[in-house]
Amino acid sequence: MGNEKKFIQKEKMKSMKRKNRIYEIVFCFLIGVVSLTCVLPFIHIFSKSISKEAYVIANKVLLFPKGFSLKAYEKIFADQSILRSMFVTIIVTTAFTMIGMFLTTSAAYALSRKELKGRKVMAFMIMVTMYFAGGTIPDYLLMSNLNMLDTWWCLILPLSFSAYNFLIMRNNFSASVSESLVESAIIDGADHFRILKNIVIPLTKPILATITLFYAVGRWNAYQDALYYIKQRTDLRPLQLKLYYLIVSAQESFQAEGVATGTITNPEVLKAACVIFATLPIICIYPFAQKYFVQGVMVGAVKE
Amino acid sequence: MQESMEVAISKKQLQKKQGKNKFRLYMKRNWQLYALMILPMAFIIIFKFGSYFGLSIAFKDYKVAKGFADSKWVGMDIFEKIFAKRNFGKAVWNTLYLNILDLIFSFPMPILLALLLNEIRTKWFKKVSQTLLYLPHFLSWIIIGSLAYQMFSLSNGVVNTIIANMGKSPIPFLQENTWWLISYVAIGVWQSMGWGTIIYLAAITNVNTELYEAARVDGAGRLKQCFHVTLPCIRGTIVTLLIMNLGKIMQGSFERIYALSNSKATEYATTIPVLVYRWGIESGKFSEATALGLFQSVIGLLLVLLADKIAKKLGEDGLI
Repeated sequence: MGNEKKFIQKEKMKSMKRKNRIYEIVFCFLIGVVSLTCVLPFIHIFSKSISKEAYVIANKVLLFPKGFSLKAYEKIFADQSILRSMFVTIIVTTAFTMIGMFLTTSAAYALSRKELKGRKVMAFMIMVTMYFAGGTIPDYLLMSNLNMLDTWWCLILPLSFSAYNFLIMRNNFSASVSESLVESAIIDGADHFRILKNIVIPLTKPILATITLFYAVGRWNAYQDALYYIKQRTDLRPLQLKLYYLIVSAQESFQAEGVATGTITNPEVLKAACVIFATLPIICIYPFAQKYFVQGVMVGAVKE
Repeated sequence: MQESMEVAISKKQLQKKQGKNKFRLYMKRNWQLYALMILPMAFIIIFKFGSYFGLSIAFKDYKVAKGFADSKWVGMDIFEKIFAKRNFGKAVWNTLYLNILDLIFSFPMPILLALLLNEIRTKWFKKVSQTLLYLPHFLSWIIIGSLAYQMFSLSNGVVNTIIANMGKSPIPFLQENTWWLISYVAIGVWQSMGWGTIIYLAAITNVNTELYEAARVDGAGRLKQCFHVTLPCIRGTIVTLLIMNLGKIMQGSFERIYALSNSKATEYATTIPVLVYRWGIESGKFSEATALGLFQSVIGLLLVLLADKIAKKLGEDGLI
């Protein structure tokens, strides 16, 4: 009797295990297929960008390059306007991120201190802007009145203090810096600048990294404001806007191709190389940035 | 040591003396907090509140030559004018329509993926696929638009090449209205599905493991555990996010639509943000465009507040 029971149990376990393995394979397959859709487009475009033009025109390139050639990249590096827009994007992103981090850290620390009088009013003023913005046209007219249209500043200043990032940082400061630590520092005679520099910033490095990346990647990717504000000065077009004119709307031709006569036809290989050229910086920081981004989502989801 | 003594002494003095001294001491200690707030508040006031003033031109007949102050007040005339325009109704409808489609197709996908990812026991596989799934979130809409135009192009897009090799006629994915709509929604699903899983995966890790053990003892297999333990436990998160998304139903991403739209398929691409851009920046009808934007943000704000109330009534966290 006992043996029989054991036998049945063993068989049950075995079938469970088999079932589990089948589930695992099915789930892995499903997730694998979906994940591949996220990366195959890039592999395809990348292969296109390093293939010989003839194969691309004949639609022969699927996932692997045919007839290796780096001509497209040579052309990109010969095109002053593309290099220039990369330069603009790098300068704007760097300045924007530094200013944004400075403002956000200052405000987050000050408003996380209870001894600051009127902090509720100030926090409310910042929060209001998160739920109700002036809108496209008032922003545009403001830039126009400040004489910032077609300047570097319209890409750097207006968005550099984000209420959302401020909120995440302030909540994190309150949560991860213990009140008693700050109080004992005050009793020891430290002023607020020193507390911020020597206690708060070292203790909250992960969230600072997260917010830095939020600002940097956000600025790198945005093109809406550049589309509105940069009209005359084509030398101030950031990379994303340049890409829009080159590929999506195809209103412009590549400089290296010479002046277009009549219709503009941009060669497929060059377009592909351009996409890779613009994506590469993001792909390079992505493995490192991903962790911090995920962290930011988690922190952002937890409200006070 | 000396410093701390001083502070200790000054603390005692503070308790004894009142009034001016107290204020002076408070400022001496805390002026730096106010100094830290000067620049952030200046940014908020100049760039955010500054743009609120521009809203006044929704009630004015704004002429660039006359400026803000000298343009004539016209009450609600501008609103009456834009409500009567044919494009207005179309834009409102399209904004709602695209968002509803997004809600139907983009919203459930992360839940499904999170449940699947949660079931995968092979750790390295899970990690690699998560990294791949998050990738589209990091790309700008311009990059995604460029990819889409190259992959779905009629004559030399890879997708239509494959379709042609199967002996079928090419599909105008981005050049015909209905197909454009399908592509728009599908690309949205693709872009957001991986990133959306993070919040659900976090909710799933908070599920009490004893519940799974109890279910196993009762003979529940993995699928049953998924439907009877995991799903009910993350219901709160799902409901909150659903309500939050419903609150955003009048909002729209300009960047996404603009990067995917073209002159051949404009039927569904005419949404409120696009119309604001066309009226305001392209044609210089600033009053009309501002009024349209204001209309959208007021309705949007009311919906967000309503959504927050509902979420709180249901016992969820709410968003404000």
